[in-house]
Amino acid sequence: MKNPHWFAALAGVVRRDILLAARRKSDVLTTLFFFVIVVSLFPLGIGPEMDMLRQIAPGVLWVAALLATMLSLNRLFATDYADGTLEQMGLSAVPLGVLVVGKVFAHWLLSGLPLVLLAPVLGLQFDLAPRALVVLMAALAIGTPVLSLIGAIGAALTLGVRGGGVLVSLLVLPLYIPVLIFGAGAVEADISGLGPAAHLSLLAAILAATAFFGPWATTVALRIALE
Amino acid sequence: MNWNSPAEFFAMGGYGLYVWGSYIACALFMAVEPLLLRQRRKNALIELKREIAARKDNET
Amino acid sequence: MNGMDNRLINWFHFSSPQTFYPLAGKLMPWFAVLAALFGIAGLYLGFFVAPTDAQQGEGYRIIFVHVAASWMSMFLYLVMAFWAALCLGFNTRLSGMMASAVAPTGAMFAFLSLWTGALWGKPMWGTWWVWDARLTSELILLFLYLGYIALQSAIDDPRRADKAGAVLAIVGVINVPIIYFSVKWWNTLHQGASVSLTKSPSMAQTMLWGMLLMALCFWMYAIAVVLQRVRAIILERERHAGWVEHLKEVAK
Repeated sequence: MKNPHWFAALAGVVRRDILLAARRKSDVLTTLFFFVIVVSLFPLGIGPEMDMLRQIAPGVLWVAALLATMLSLNRLFATDYADGTLEQMGLSAVPLGVLVVGKVFAHWLLSGLPLVLLAPVLGLQFDLAPRALVVLMAALAIGTPVLSLIGAIGAALTLGVRGGGVLVSLLVLPLYIPVLIFGAGAVEADISGLGPAAHLSLLAAILAATAFFGPWATTVALRIALE
Repeated sequence: MNWNSPAEFFAMGGYGLYVWGSYIACALFMAVEPLLLRQRRKNALIELKREIAARKDNET
Repeated sequence: MNGMDNRLINWFHFSSPQTFYPLAGKLMPWFAVLAALFGIAGLYLGFFVAPTDAQQGEGYRIIFVHVAASWMSMFLYLVMAFWAALCLGFNTRLSGMMASAVAPTGAMFAFLSLWTGALWGKPMWGTWWVWDARLTSELILLFLYLGYIALQSAIDDPRRADKAGAVLAIVGVINVPIIYFSVKWWNTLHQGASVSLTKSPSMAQTMLWGMLLMALCFWMYAIAVVLQRVRAIILERERHAGWVEHLKEVAK
């Protein structure tokens, strides 16, 4: 059966990316520090009144999460592209789409999951209620995989292109907007008492659609870059 | 006919700045775009002629 | 059998840059003329026939260009995605060129939609910008156009640029309804039923006709300009092809 073979390949890709990231911890850690610093910039720029900070907290945390994810995207394919591993992946018997899913999952484990875990701590800086923090974590847990999936498309399109880092941001940030709206909206809905269920459901629907469509688009983009 | 005088027409009931600001912007862009494309075409033709001349020089 | 073959051949006859170039050149002036005719008709209706609005006075007349620009910016994105799909699906050079040719004009209309929207909003609601669902979606559409243009200009190889742009355009077109829905959601949650440019003045027949004629004007203009641009792109990219040397504008 082909499928166990695919799963082994996928697990292999995930393990490899995590091992590589473990050897260069600075990549992952600097992205997290960026998240922390950016979140702190907003009160510094706007003012320390707790009432106002409580209001802007969901938006600020989400925007910072988007930006931090953006920064980590160039790691996704660039090093593999440079040393020829990506080309090998393209020639492998396992479909490139499967390997892409593995790489995106690894990216989420290294960039998205830490944000999910760190955000509630930062949410305390904005005096968010415990239940709001839980909703924030849930929303980020659903939303950050979407960011990785969509980001992968942008990273694949700009492989080896000059100005890659900023260019990816231009391409991907507009596509991130629905995730931002529903993700921050979920927390705001919880705070205002309306309940986050609708927002979280919409986020989950976006995740389902992106999980299906994203790796396919990423594979097409990678093939274009590998030609 | 809506307007009793040209002055009324230009004033647009007090909204002149906004109405004409909109229409002039549209007219400007829609005039400049084809002009820029004319220039682009001219540059492309100059490049082409230069390349063909260079190719002919190489052949001789 | 022969008749069928001829029709099939005719359809694909123009799908190469070499055959499309002269066709585009011949069609272009006609669309320019149509644009001018529709424009004159639309402007006449808009300024001299359509009555003053009860609530918005003369200021509402911006609607004739604002709506036309918005419609065109959205329509052209669909057209761009169509050519992008053909580019990826059939791998023809011309499809990629057409998609690239549409983008700048689409971006221009998106910008004009925002500009005219701001000029409409300022006297009506007091601010140059309102985070209204339609305007905000239009802004994001402009970002999508600019991203496409930026990606194409960053990639040196034109074939790769076309195909990468095509993927982006298709991803974008699928996202546009999602983005629009999410922005509407966001807008109603935060602002309720207050400021909205979608609350257009009650439509007299002449107002509708004026909008329609201006939209047609902009459409004809867009076709003419896109044809003009694709001809320039063909000249730029096909410079190594033999047929280009024999063009009368090059041979002289």
